[in-house]
Amino acid sequence: MATPATPLGRFWITYKESKVGVVALGVVAVILVVAILAPLIAPQDPYDLSRLSLMDARRAPGHIGTGGYTHLLGTDAQGRDLLSAILYGLRISAQMGLVAGIVGLSIGATLGISAAYIGGRTEALLMRTVDLQLSFPPILLALVLVALLGQGKAQLITALVAAQYAYFARTAYGAATAERRKDYIEAAYGTPLSRRRIVFRHLLPNCMPPLIVVATVQIANSIALEATLSFLGLGLPVTEPSLGMLISNGFKYMMSGRYWISVYPGIALIILIVSINLVGDRIRDQLNPRLRR
Amino acid sequence: MLGYFIQRCLQAILVMLVMSVIVFVGVYAIGNPMEVLIPPDAPQDVRNFIIARFGLDRPLWEQYLTFLGNVFVGDFGYSFVYNMPVLDLILSRLPSTLELALTAVLGAALIGVPLGVYAGYRPNAVSSHTIMSLSILGFSVPTFWVGLILILTFAVSLGWLPAGGRGETVTLWGVEWSFLTANGWSHLFLPAINLALFKMAMMIRLARAGTQEAMLTDTVKFARAAGLSEATIVLRHVLKLISIPIITVFGLELGSTLAFAVVTETIFSWPGLGKLIIDSITNLDRPVMVAYLILVALLFMTINLVIDLIYAALDPRLSRGGA
Amino acid sequence: MSEPLLQVAGLSTQFHTQAGVVKAVSDVSFSLERGQILGLVGESGSGKSVTGFSLLGLVDPPGRIAEGSIRFDGQELVGMPQPDLRALRGKRIAMVFQDPMMTLNPVLSVGTQMTLAVRAHDKVSKQMARDRAVEALTRVGIPDAGHRLDAYPHQFSGGMRQRVAIAIAMIHSPDIIIADEPTTALDVSIQAQILHEMRELAKDSGTALIWISHDLATVSSLAERLLVMYAGTIVEEGPTARVLRNPRHPYTRGLLDSLPATAPPGQNLQQIPGSMPSLLALPPGCAFAPRCSFASEVCNGDVPYLVTGPSAFRCHHPIGEAK
Repeated sequence: MATPATPLGRFWITYKESKVGVVALGVVAVILVVAILAPLIAPQDPYDLSRLSLMDARRAPGHIGTGGYTHLLGTDAQGRDLLSAILYGLRISAQMGLVAGIVGLSIGATLGISAAYIGGRTEALLMRTVDLQLSFPPILLALVLVALLGQGKAQLITALVAAQYAYFARTAYGAATAERRKDYIEAAYGTPLSRRRIVFRHLLPNCMPPLIVVATVQIANSIALEATLSFLGLGLPVTEPSLGMLISNGFKYMMSGRYWISVYPGIALIILIVSINLVGDRIRDQLNPRLRR
Repeated sequence: MLGYFIQRCLQAILVMLVMSVIVFVGVYAIGNPMEVLIPPDAPQDVRNFIIARFGLDRPLWEQYLTFLGNVFVGDFGYSFVYNMPVLDLILSRLPSTLELALTAVLGAALIGVPLGVYAGYRPNAVSSHTIMSLSILGFSVPTFWVGLILILTFAVSLGWLPAGGRGETVTLWGVEWSFLTANGWSHLFLPAINLALFKMAMMIRLARAGTQEAMLTDTVKFARAAGLSEATIVLRHVLKLISIPIITVFGLELGSTLAFAVVTETIFSWPGLGKLIIDSITNLDRPVMVAYLILVALLFMTINLVIDLIYAALDPRLSRGGA
Repeated sequence: MSEPLLQVAGLSTQFHTQAGVVKAVSDVSFSLERGQILGLVGESGSGKSVTGFSLLGLVDPPGRIAEGSIRFDGQELVGMPQPDLRALRGKRIAMVFQDPMMTLNPVLSVGTQMTLAVRAHDKVSKQMARDRAVEALTRVGIPDAGHRLDAYPHQFSGGMRQRVAIAIAMIHSPDIIIADEPTTALDVSIQAQILHEMRELAKDSGTALIWISHDLATVSSLAERLLVMYAGTIVEEGPTARVLRNPRHPYTRGLLDSLPATAPPGQNLQQIPGSMPSLLALPPGCAFAPRCSFASEVCNGDVPYLVTGPSAFRCHHPIGEAK
């Protein structure tokens, strides 16, 4: 077989050596497809309160509800079909994770690369701030911000980004300074090569591999953080039940044995987070030159 | 060294001041606490009395300066909800959180380090792969979810352990402690495990990476060439080699455990600081929020400062010309 | 004549990696008498260090001794269980490594490291072990040894550190010390000192030395016999004076010609063209043939090891003359 010409193709050749990595990637892909198609495949629109009936509330898995179809995973306290709620919840979780990850990546990478490129006092100030923030637990930071900003999607994303951008900045800064010290960048400084060219042609591409690894991990972390905040009642508003809130709502019924309201959304959440982390682990191993034989 | 010390302390004080302004302004910008405090049907003079009592009628900067002045003498004001001095409130909740956090971090280290050393010593053994998979789970699975599963399994299904509260306490040095009674331990056990799992995953990874690296060094080869037994090599040479980073992280983690306790305390109704802050956020109890955030910031600043200074003392290159 | 102290026959050590089998040592045979000093010379990657580790049974996985025999004082070391090997290591066969900065544990005091080495074989009290450590340090010329026992490796100079390592190796008065480039990391003046001291120590205690080095000049000032290794095999062996004066293998000749001392001042040193073949893909027959100006068709077939009296070489086209 010929070596594929595209970088992505070459990447895939080595990536698929790990069975766990391939399975995890498959799971992530399936979840994403399901999340996108949720309105089409879910038996019920869980946001449409007029369609909910309290007659169906807290029914065990397999119950045939007033809607005339089977609630495969049971129903919650409002009579929502849990399967539908989970599909919509995955949609929100994945959305929050991706948006927070991408925004965090953009802000963090810009800061990190700028610090490395500009140097001097700016570098010192930026990186000290980042380091200071890194020493602070992200969950506490997000908690405070949500408390200060109030509830809502935009507020939550702001909190998630604020809690995570520093990791991207650190990573980008580390990769960019290592690259800056190399001779060819020194040489490029001396030539009339445009500054933009140095940044976009040399610094940025070399920062990308470690940033991709961090991004994978941070998307998983964002999803977990969002779920935690929602569980604590500080996440999204009640009209948009994310997985964390479904779990939180079910918590009080757990003691009386109605485990499914919390447990099924939780399992969906864990599968999502663990598979993203496994994909991240695989990419990291692949990019780690020390583990290459 | 002294110059560096002073410079770093000044920096820390500056950061704390900035933090206090942000926290104060931020916290006081949300909601209107008077709606919580004053019944809607209260007469105007009661309303005015309460407003004046809490100093809410004065401009924000004046409130801040008063606040700052009071903070220096340890006065964080009165809690709107509990109607007691905030510092007393926080101090009364601190022991239970400390008890939980210390148990969790100690447990994580005592279990995590040996597992990690083992996994690093035999990186290809099946048991090591199992340990590492579990540590990935420990990293990935959100704390609140683990807490729920613990309750569902051990409290609801098996009925072995209680699902919340502190249980019986014994008073020592004027403070109530759960770890001195068997019943207290039964209450402490699940939340401590919940809080410990993430730390344990971290300790396992650290210890494994350190051990794996140490086993490849000439130090270990030389010790083997001198005929030392594998047990002596691991227990005396390797453990000592990996101990410095582990102790550093241990110290850092003790700080962040206080923060993570927020989630665990909520789930297990553990009456500590974390539960207090969540309640304060929902009740808009501003003085408690401000005091908590400032104290936590102070805690982290102190930990960072101490670590920086220790490193500076160890590495003379760092103490000169730091940015 | 009785059996020699150490008799190595047909030793082959291989590393099974994903890329293939690395034949680090192939068919190595030699013997060592009590109190003898043997020099093992070759460039890096020639298999001399792996030979040393094979003798101690300390080849790291994925490496293993594929075939051959190592007889030491009447016992077969190949296939000997690890606990029995461990009892020999440090007690009867010791080893000194290249860089004392890497071999000594930076976070354990010298005294601790030495007492660990003593107590690995002799169940004596800590105080007894310390006394023996002081004695050993004094013997290698460390002044005020009693006080230096509590110092850490970084508080010693490079030469002193290597003396500590040598003291650890000699602490049980072993029959053999394998010294793997022990002076390479040191200053030239210190090199000479250590070289001299080790020779004296070996003579006094009747210890045999296997001195591994890439530096022909250093080894020849010390060793009674030389073994020249190339690509995992011994290409020439003989009394030091004979090998230096009348080398039979073209590779030995090349090594000698590249020494600064042999070239007239102002002239370029001779080089051996090309580089050593990969141990993953050794050519059939003589591994040196591709770089050899005397090579012919026969060199691609098996090359026998021709032993005549105290000398031996592995070449179809020997240079110089037999005596």
